[in-house]
Amino acid sequence: MSLTFSIQTKGLTKSFGPFTAVDAIDVEVGKGEIYGFLGANGAGKTTAMRMLCGLLQPSSGTGTVAGFDILRETSKIRTRIGYMSQKFALYPDLTVKENLSLVADLYAIPRALVKERIAEAAERSGIQDLLPRRTGELPWGWQQRLSMACATAHHPEILFLDEPTGSVDPLSRRVFWDLIRAEAERGTTIFVTTHYMDEAEYCHRACFLVDGKIADIGTPHELKTRHQVSTLQEVFLTVAQLARRS
Amino acid sequence: MQKAISIEGIAHDHAGENALRGVSFSVPSGSLFGIIGADGAGKSTLFRILATLLKPQKGRAQVLQWNVENEYHPIRATIGYMPQRFSLYQDLTVWENLNFAADIMDIHKREKFQILNELLAFSRLSPAKDRRTGRLSGGMKQKLALCCAMVRKPKILLLDEPTVGVDPVTRKDFWDMLAQLRGQGTTTLVSTPYMDEAELCDEVLLLHQGRVVGQGTPQTLCQTLPGSLWNIHGSESLHVFAHTEPPFPLISLYTMGGDLHALAPKGMEGPQILAEVQRVCPRAQHILEATARVEDVLLFALRNGGGKHEPHL
Repeated sequence: MSLTFSIQTKGLTKSFGPFTAVDAIDVEVGKGEIYGFLGANGAGKTTAMRMLCGLLQPSSGTGTVAGFDILRETSKIRTRIGYMSQKFALYPDLTVKENLSLVADLYAIPRALVKERIAEAAERSGIQDLLPRRTGELPWGWQQRLSMACATAHHPEILFLDEPTGSVDPLSRRVFWDLIRAEAERGTTIFVTTHYMDEAEYCHRACFLVDGKIADIGTPHELKTRHQVSTLQEVFLTVAQLARRS
Repeated sequence: MQKAISIEGIAHDHAGENALRGVSFSVPSGSLFGIIGADGAGKSTLFRILATLLKPQKGRAQVLQWNVENEYHPIRATIGYMPQRFSLYQDLTVWENLNFAADIMDIHKREKFQILNELLAFSRLSPAKDRRTGRLSGGMKQKLALCCAMVRKPKILLLDEPTVGVDPVTRKDFWDMLAQLRGQGTTTLVSTPYMDEAELCDEVLLLHQGRVVGQGTPQTLCQTLPGSLWNIHGSESLHVFAHTEPPFPLISLYTMGGDLHALAPKGMEGPQILAEVQRVCPRAQHILEATARVEDVLLFALRNGGGKHEPHL
């Protein structure tokens, strides 16, 4: 089944001493799906995401990401995924083009393709006219677009977005989600965490993590129907009550 | 009413980013006062000026009876400032961070123990007292940072986006704390990207490109929308691109969670509006008049408040 799923895990677990941060989760994310990964601070989202990105060895469980084994093929996984968070910094002293070139080199895009890929990534994010500009002098919204271009220049199968819109105004958040949507329509799988529940409504499916376990999962419509509420914010508040650990 | 903060014609421009271009407003003593606006609107610059970390290039800012330019000693002794960046020591415990904050603020030993325990109880961090700060969840860190800003029992709190990265449940706890402080007479100036939080403020200031483009209670701000607001629903999530021009004669059309909001000229009927919306979003099915919220007001201001929203440059 690994052909239809970009991410598939079985009993994925991470313990730190006596503390089980992620507790036997089964995750299945389809190709081209926008998958929202939601939960309270400390629910285990970041730990789970780090395991999926091949940055953290699971304590137990199995899984594949982009067709590669999360226990043994982590370096292959890293070449097939893109990662972006609000915290990840671009190099402000480099130009837009230099930031993109650096990423192209890091992902070992073949030399013959680099020029074309940079142009293409810049165009998709609408920053083609900004290539010679110094990154640090650009307004925040443009830097965000550049981050997106950097995370996707190597055509990843899966794009991991870790709270990409932390401190962002309502209009920029909508503009940014248009970029995410366009990326998904090109076939990229999107795995995204957010604390904005209106953004969770934009996901194809949303998964709620509570105390390291999956408490509920479904399309926004299914979740709201099941909990008999009108917003995902209310679903969050209901589900989060199940939490026992702080 | 007595003013805790008053600002007249403040301007500050550093390479165009986060510039303030002539901002005037005042904050009544004892109020919970919110600042919202676009990224780079100048919110953090304003906080840094009030915290006496940055001198304004033009204009006058006063905290209580003191001027920020030359009376920073009494101001610093009066305010609690929580900057946007996380300001705690990761390898100290919760208690050690509080203790350190109390020491650098010269809290007398006799009072210290009691104050710190009160703060721990207030923030419900007592069970985590001996945990290393770096091991706390994002929400707990923000609560601890608030406690550190409060060890001197400041009359005025300056909180620059204190709940970014904090989940909805912990955000609610955090705002319960702010409401409690308000009850005790503290003046709080707080910026936030969460519009539901702005609605919990007594008064909200709307900043756009370094200028004030709106001010009032959340209710009065919501009455400033020109036209009537409608909610459009479908059996699946609805979407329009953020840069889509609204179909004439609608004033604006945008996503709101899984629904759409349309701002239409007064007098236009629901079915007529729905028909226009269906031209750009065929899956739209139901329409109901909606109550405007602060998010609608800010979106309107960002699109129409003069100048362009930054990402479109």
